[in-house]
Amino acid sequence: MSFLILEGVSKYYGGFGALIDMSLTVERGEFISLLGPSGCGKTTTLQAIAGLIDVTRGRMQLDGRDITHLPVNQRGLGIVFQSYALFPHMTVAQNVSFGLEMRKVPKHQRDEQIAQMLKLVHLDALASRYPRELSGGQRQRVAIARALVIAPPVLLLDEPLSNLDAKLREEMQFELRRIQRKVGTTTIMVTHDQAEALSISDRVVVMEAGRATQVDAPYRLYEHPKTEFISGFVGKTNLLPGRLSRSAAACDVVLAQGQRVAVDGAAFADGAAVTVCLRPEKLFFTGAAQGALRGRIEERFFLGSQWLYRVATPLGELEVSSANDGSVPLEEHADVHLAWALDVARLVAPGLAAAAVST
Amino acid sequence: MNARSRWAPYLLSLPSLALFGLMVLLPLALTALLSLQQYDVDVGVKGGFTFASYAHVLGDSYYYEIFFRTGWVAALTTLICVLVGAPEAYILSRMGSPWRSIFLLVILAPLLVSVVVRAFGWSLLLGPNGIVNQAFEWVGIGRLRLLYTPAAVVIALVHVMLPFMVIPVWTSLQKLDPMVESAALSLSASHWTVMRRIVLPQITPGVLSGSLIVFGLSASALAIPGLLGGRRLKMVATVIYDEYLHELNWPLGAAIAVALLAINLAVMLSYNAVLEGAYKKRMG
Repeated sequence: MSFLILEGVSKYYGGFGALIDMSLTVERGEFISLLGPSGCGKTTTLQAIAGLIDVTRGRMQLDGRDITHLPVNQRGLGIVFQSYALFPHMTVAQNVSFGLEMRKVPKHQRDEQIAQMLKLVHLDALASRYPRELSGGQRQRVAIARALVIAPPVLLLDEPLSNLDAKLREEMQFELRRIQRKVGTTTIMVTHDQAEALSISDRVVVMEAGRATQVDAPYRLYEHPKTEFISGFVGKTNLLPGRLSRSAAACDVVLAQGQRVAVDGAAFADGAAVTVCLRPEKLFFTGAAQGALRGRIEERFFLGSQWLYRVATPLGELEVSSANDGSVPLEEHADVHLAWALDVARLVAPGLAAAAVST
Repeated sequence: MNARSRWAPYLLSLPSLALFGLMVLLPLALTALLSLQQYDVDVGVKGGFTFASYAHVLGDSYYYEIFFRTGWVAALTTLICVLVGAPEAYILSRMGSPWRSIFLLVILAPLLVSVVVRAFGWSLLLGPNGIVNQAFEWVGIGRLRLLYTPAAVVIALVHVMLPFMVIPVWTSLQKLDPMVESAALSLSASHWTVMRRIVLPQITPGVLSGSLIVFGLSASALAIPGLLGGRRLKMVATVIYDEYLHELNWPLGAAIAVALLAINLAVMLSYNAVLEGAYKKRMG
């Protein structure tokens, strides 16, 4: 049986469903990310697991025990809040010590555990500082240490990196994963940053308007998004609406202007409305070979490790990214030919929330 | 930096300095000077320079009793204001959107009514035939002498001073991250422990500044002790009033006023040094 089980957990505020029929099973030691735009219910899910809100419906089980209606101070889960919520009137060591004191751990044992934990998060030198004397990254590590020192069965992280600047955020992502691997605590993290979710989770739960729409490993999520929304939210994508046309020999999508794109459309019936997703990095420039798509570079952006081109083609404007391998990039307004491997074009059902697709 | 810009800050603060000097320092200095002048029962203030008024105050146990009474009445008022005001502010900060504004208004409303009017109101309530005594009689306690006792003064002072406690505590509660309480709960703390170890230490600066205000104002209150303490239950402020307006012994009144100011300052500064010092390091 799974370690943490959510069965149809729902939270309604009046008629508004903040979280609708959330079902999820988490294995011991897993790192799960809840990913979605703001207001999608990811924080509500976390608060429901933490016991900070009462769920309207559904059941939650932790290690075979029903925790659905257990108050927050009896669940014993470790929580890292978005604001860190450190105790401002206590030193770093006292902050970390608080949970142990509540568990009536004897003094000498407590000191040992605090020292060990502060060492793990590289804060052993700052034990007697007050939170206001620390930087954002240090505060965040105190919050993690405070949550982990009680050896919680599950660690809950609410947008733990959102208050840090970009460079530090990247460092802390890997730091977080290192700590989690070392202590092996089952972890659930809420984030709106897809790069963060992809880089450190074992599995990602994508949420949209209160519902989980896809639960998958990061690589699968990126390569096989289930909906238009997910393909747009997780990474960049080119979306081409069309209709499936299946014949004995081949499976094509007929696009708006009548062009045909060969795809692998096993999951869809003949004539179904579908959307083709093409990742920018799966497109490449080629010579004027047959089957290549003619286009013209409209704009070019330098992103450091890669170049991003906006290319006007008969299929519409496509984003193409190519690695900055040191060679001279293509000029704006140049005529080019585009191609892609047959198996990189993904098909999804046209999203109901097609209007919400951005980024 | 040239000479002009060096003087600019001083020039800019000149109006407020002038106001402060005129309204606060000058009367204080005049009072201090007055307290050092000679007094004759037949002539009145005679000028000259003497410590006679101070010697008179220091040498008479009557004044010690009054100072002591003023001290404990102010201290008790402060204590009750802390015990009532701090929880009141906490409850207020936890209220929902319409109720919070309504109750804040209820708490602040007494400030809009003159202290004299409120004192008369209390004397009606606490009088021998007032509502309070009627209620006591009804529940079987019997009538109590409340009016013209220290109890009446303390009750009315608490009523007047409560907003001065609630507001600073409420302000420090506003700065509290509500998630901090959730964090303590998630670490298995009971609600009582959260209150004692997380909330209370963080609102202590508010409680401290509130109690300084309440103590200072209570110790120098005039209208409430004057109207609810009666002629015989004297407090320092009423004695000063009497010396000035009834006995016409201005130097003695001034000497008592200066003494009250000095004692008030000493109490507040030492209180501040002892308690707030301990929290300054933590709270910044």
